[in-house]
Amino acid sequence: MPIFTFREPGWSPSEELERLQRRMGRLFEETIAPGLGLWRAGVYPLVNISEDHDYLYVRAELPGINPQELEITVHEGNLILRGGRKIPSEEKDINYHRRERESGFFRRVVGLPTAVNPDKVEASYKDGILTVKLGKPEEIKPRVIKVQSA
Amino acid sequence: MTEKELKPKAKEEVKAKGERVRPGRVFLPAVDIFETPEALTLVADMPGVPNDKVTLDIKDNHLIISGGITPPMGEGETMLSQEYYTGDFQREFHLGATIDQARIEASMKDGVLRLLLPKAEKAKPRKIEVKVG
Repeated sequence: MPIFTFREPGWSPSEELERLQRRMGRLFEETIAPGLGLWRAGVYPLVNISEDHDYLYVRAELPGINPQELEITVHEGNLILRGGRKIPSEEKDINYHRRERESGFFRRVVGLPTAVNPDKVEASYKDGILTVKLGKPEEIKPRVIKVQSA
Repeated sequence: MTEKELKPKAKEEVKAKGERVRPGRVFLPAVDIFETPEALTLVADMPGVPNDKVTLDIKDNHLIISGGITPPMGEGETMLSQEYYTGDFQREFHLGATIDQARIEASMKDGVLRLLLPKAEKAKPRKIEVKVG
């Protein structure tokens, strides 16, 4: 018998109902109004893609992984992320109160929105966030066009 | 145990209590909590939270863990496609027994917080011998 009991404060049927409502709202956003909510690929890990003048950035939340075991490939306009998340098993003599963190493997293909220079790709891992920085080729970088007066 | 493929999960957002000083979303970190006769261990996923942005608040038997993230995007970056939201983490627990607060150990690595909460002497389980009369 565990002698600890875990109860999250603030649990109440009305809050649970609100939580459900929020989830329904999110479901609505995702299915009825794509573009308003988040775009989902349904494949782990979820990624956010951003850009600045010179680079594309692909980020994913991957807490507690070994970055050495990540395999990152750029191939024909796609970024491929493969790896795994291992949760070391704890000693045998334990009882779980909560077990929400998951382990397993992943392989995700991310279609890149612009062309990239495969020689200018860097990946970094910090505080559980993977950032892949992909250089844009010169020819697609935005350029300021000056209007010449006659 | 065969290895399974990970499935994406949307982070659960918390309704902020009161007014927050920092704007933005707050999420519930996924946690593992397990117990041995000596201690309670809590492991929480808080991606994007650096070591120095973790706060533990223990009062009576009430534990609050929170983590502030570093804004992920650099200056001049614009989002092209977003599949997950980012924000701080917070979660509260009631501890049902007494923790020896002086011996709490916390470590943060790669976005994972690990908390060791040793039990106070009086809270440890005791075996009761049944005397045969």
